[in-house]
Amino acid sequence: MGKFFAVVLTLIALASAYPIVTHMYVQPVDISTHGHAIDEQLSDTMAEAGFAFLGAQLLLAFFVWRFSNRKNGSKVKHLPGGAKLMVATAFIFVGTEVLALGVLGQKAWAEVYFTAPKQDALQIQSQAGQFAFYFRYPGADGKFAPLHPDKIDEGNGNYFGLDLANDVEARDDIVTAELAIPVNREIHLLMHAKDVGHSFYVRELRIQQDFVPGLDLSVHFTATKTGKYEIVCTQLCGLGHYNMKAYLNVLSQDDFDKWLKEKASEQ
Amino acid sequence: MEEAVVQPAHVHAPPEGFIRKHIFSLDHKVIGKQYYGLALVAVFMGMALSWLMRFHLVWPTTKVPGLDLLSSTGAPGGVITPEYYLSLLTMHGTLMVFFVLTNAPFAGFGNYFLPIQIGAEDMAFPRFNMMSFWVTFVAFLVLVLAFVIPDGPPISGWTAYAPLSAVGKDAGPGLAWGQSLWAISIAIFCVGQLLGSLNFIATTLDLRTKGMTFMRMPICTWAWFITSAIGLLAFAVLLPACLLLLLDRMAGTSFFIPSGLVISDRLQNHAGGSPLLWQHLFWFFGHPEVYIAILPAVGIVSHVLITNMRKPLLSAKVIIYSMMSIGFLSWMVWGHHMFVSGMNPTSSLLFSFPTLTITIPATIITLIWLGSLYGANLQINAASLFALGFVSMFVSGGVSGFFLAQPSIDIYLHATYFVVGHFHMVMGVAAIFGILSGTYFWFPKMSGRMMNESLGKLHFWITFVGTYCIFMPFHYLGMAGNVRRYSSFVNDFMAPLMPVHKFISIAAFVTGGAQFIFLFNLIYSRFRGKQAPENPWNATSLEWSIPSPPPWDNFGGKHPVIYHDPYQYGVKGSKGDFVMQDSPEQV
Amino acid sequence: MASGNYAQVVEPSRFGGPDRASRSGIWVGIFAITMSFAAFTSALYVRQGSGDGTHIALPSVIYANTLALLLSSFTMEMSRRGIARGLGPEAFGLRKGMVWLVVTLVLGLAFVAGQYLAWRYLAAQGLYLATNSNSSFFYVFTAMHGLHLLGGIAALVYLIGRTAGSNYRFRQSLFDATAIYWHFMDVLWLYLLFVIGTRL
Repeated sequence: MGKFFAVVLTLIALASAYPIVTHMYVQPVDISTHGHAIDEQLSDTMAEAGFAFLGAQLLLAFFVWRFSNRKNGSKVKHLPGGAKLMVATAFIFVGTEVLALGVLGQKAWAEVYFTAPKQDALQIQSQAGQFAFYFRYPGADGKFAPLHPDKIDEGNGNYFGLDLANDVEARDDIVTAELAIPVNREIHLLMHAKDVGHSFYVRELRIQQDFVPGLDLSVHFTATKTGKYEIVCTQLCGLGHYNMKAYLNVLSQDDFDKWLKEKASEQ
Repeated sequence: MEEAVVQPAHVHAPPEGFIRKHIFSLDHKVIGKQYYGLALVAVFMGMALSWLMRFHLVWPTTKVPGLDLLSSTGAPGGVITPEYYLSLLTMHGTLMVFFVLTNAPFAGFGNYFLPIQIGAEDMAFPRFNMMSFWVTFVAFLVLVLAFVIPDGPPISGWTAYAPLSAVGKDAGPGLAWGQSLWAISIAIFCVGQLLGSLNFIATTLDLRTKGMTFMRMPICTWAWFITSAIGLLAFAVLLPACLLLLLDRMAGTSFFIPSGLVISDRLQNHAGGSPLLWQHLFWFFGHPEVYIAILPAVGIVSHVLITNMRKPLLSAKVIIYSMMSIGFLSWMVWGHHMFVSGMNPTSSLLFSFPTLTITIPATIITLIWLGSLYGANLQINAASLFALGFVSMFVSGGVSGFFLAQPSIDIYLHATYFVVGHFHMVMGVAAIFGILSGTYFWFPKMSGRMMNESLGKLHFWITFVGTYCIFMPFHYLGMAGNVRRYSSFVNDFMAPLMPVHKFISIAAFVTGGAQFIFLFNLIYSRFRGKQAPENPWNATSLEWSIPSPPPWDNFGGKHPVIYHDPYQYGVKGSKGDFVMQDSPEQV
Repeated sequence: MASGNYAQVVEPSRFGGPDRASRSGIWVGIFAITMSFAAFTSALYVRQGSGDGTHIALPSVIYANTLALLLSSFTMEMSRRGIARGLGPEAFGLRKGMVWLVVTLVLGLAFVAGQYLAWRYLAAQGLYLATNSNSSFFYVFTAMHGLHLLGGIAALVYLIGRTAGSNYRFRQSLFDATAIYWHFMDVLWLYLLFVIGTRL
């Protein structure tokens, strides 16, 4: 039965590796400027992980095949090199890998988190609440009016809790249910949580960031391809979590300007 | 610290009467079996919950007959609602992580075998030991109570992030008394674990018999010792966290809830709290917890492999030091659950380095196992098959960790099925394989009867292939961006992935079904299995030097004297190719 | 032989086995409790980042309580040594040890009563558990410490009960473990006093 184990394990290992090697898994198209660094990192890790995975599983299979159900009277023997060899291999193999992945991986992380948004980035505020995303554009005055949670009135479309009566800056704020952005323009997305924790995830943008109640968080990114992409919530927020989504609509600059004007008139 | 002095007196009197012998027993062996029994109940409950979840994901509008009897609000007409799905998910995770993976390999087998393996009559504090089980049992009852209250079980996941878990019923169904019962249950569970860990540590330090130096303790004893040290400190942090959560929920404090939250159109009357505080406290416990789940299995598998390879490992000491390193490093990595949580991004990088570094001791352990197989005289039986399966699963689960340990990749993979695949492989499969291997190995000792080998092997094959079929595809789903904790998949990009989900669900039903083969084997063998000899596996550690099952005081009032480490295999002993620890013969 | 009213102390402290286990056990327990209070302390530090706590002036009864607790550690130690000296036929040390033990218990209870007075003082100023973050932590810290101290008090009651019984045999190690725990409660309180005095 040891040989059977070896065969089954080999088949499992190869079958597991197959979808990766043949790119059967469908990773969505990358539409961001920083995404390639993440994708490269992912590929490198895949290669190293694949090597480790296949190496270990096949070695296990081979040893079980060779050393199980042996003839009676077979003597046990020890691997030349012993424990020292194993420890050295672990340190060298994993050590270099760890260093490589860790050090190289910083680049992609830094592009997202350690670079400040450009001065002329388009600021948009997003609010996540059970169970929808809303977005706010600052309008002609370029300023965001303060938020008043006690003034939130979803029935009348006041999702953010703007005080139109008293805050002058609120009057030109544009609130939408869709995140439209111009292509190839850096976006600085401010993130506000209305009730519980949520998260902003757009697969194609290679962006994911939690909304944390009480914290002023933000992300910045630049989309490089026009199209409609799904924004989904990835932080468990209640019964509607599965259905909490919005659309990222990447438009040409002209189309975006038209869209914004249209939305402004709808306010 | 060298060997302890021989104990002067019996730790407790021989038990009399049914209650003392089987219910409120001071005997570590009975307590161990009680923990195992509780874990068995919890695992089948948890498995049933996962079946319901897998069923709902693929056939969301199909009735589950009878489910409306369990919850008329959660499953009206037998169709699972989104909130009930989340309740099932929460309870599945809670039951499995706490009541199965912390109970069986550690409290279950550890309680039974640690004292015997060090030559002691019982644990250091038998009364605390008894209390620890019954406290855990009460925690279980409190948790399960959440199923029967009108509002239902909580929906915030086993991780119970604030403010969702802290604000109360405004945030959704299940978040009223259900969530409070959860927090109370876990707090009680912490107390039980602390009492248990206390016992393990004091017993290992002070009750080792003559000649039983630290390095002569079997690897699984070391694993339980290290695990109890981790558990002591980890549960000591979870308990305050649960108390603060309960205060936020019931006393109006604001440890975790900031101001200005509008939930269900109501402005919440809290201010200044920090949701990230909950995450820090929880994961400071939560990460060491997963090593609490896996290290005993590492120890058990090493123990089973050595016996079935008929040779010692390349170096037991290296495995022991590696387990200690893992234990040490486990305290430094908790932030890797929080890379995109809003935590300082520099912290994220700082956390990723020790996370990647943990790979080193884990790899050392795996390579020692693999290298030891070279030249072995490997015996194939149900116990060794599950042990070998563990090695395979440990590799698979560990390798997906490379990805998640890097913050840049985590941006893409966080909260997807990739994470779910990773932790299920290491905890949901590998750790369970460790428990199963230990069961097949130690059942003869605990019950005096042999389990049915053919059924055991059948159980192994279906489970081994089945779990790969279930959990390997999770990784591909994650790479495609399949988000986790969704009760239905309504996203545009999910449609092409549904056939994969169907495959997984069917695999889950088949694999789960195979566990009933195991349950049947367990129960049948307990009453009708072949009589087991004292040492059916020709093993060297002390548990195999006493009758099957052992007498109430383990060694019959005698104190064994130890002459060897437990790795004397492949030698010319008087009984065969091994020498037992308490045998003075030299080879 | 010991006088009829007091139990015989057997197995002096330096034995291995179960005695040593009691001592290991209490240190392990202390380690765990320390970890819990470390968790509470880190919660305080994080929470105070929001800056919404108002300073709490500690009532003077707190200092009286502290004194009582410190004194009780002294009396606990006197009791432990008295009991230890009471080994064998000498009953005198044993009797004295018992008296010190009862004094320790009284001082412990006085501390708890005093803490309750401190709570009343705060309540009179409108500072309750949920009033603000500083008041929350004040109550949490004092309650958690008080709860653990009550555990120590329960141990004292148990020891007094067993020692006073005439045919009882008990281990010095139980006494030592209780004493160590009691001293730890003292040290823990001093630490908490420092935290609530300087941070709240």
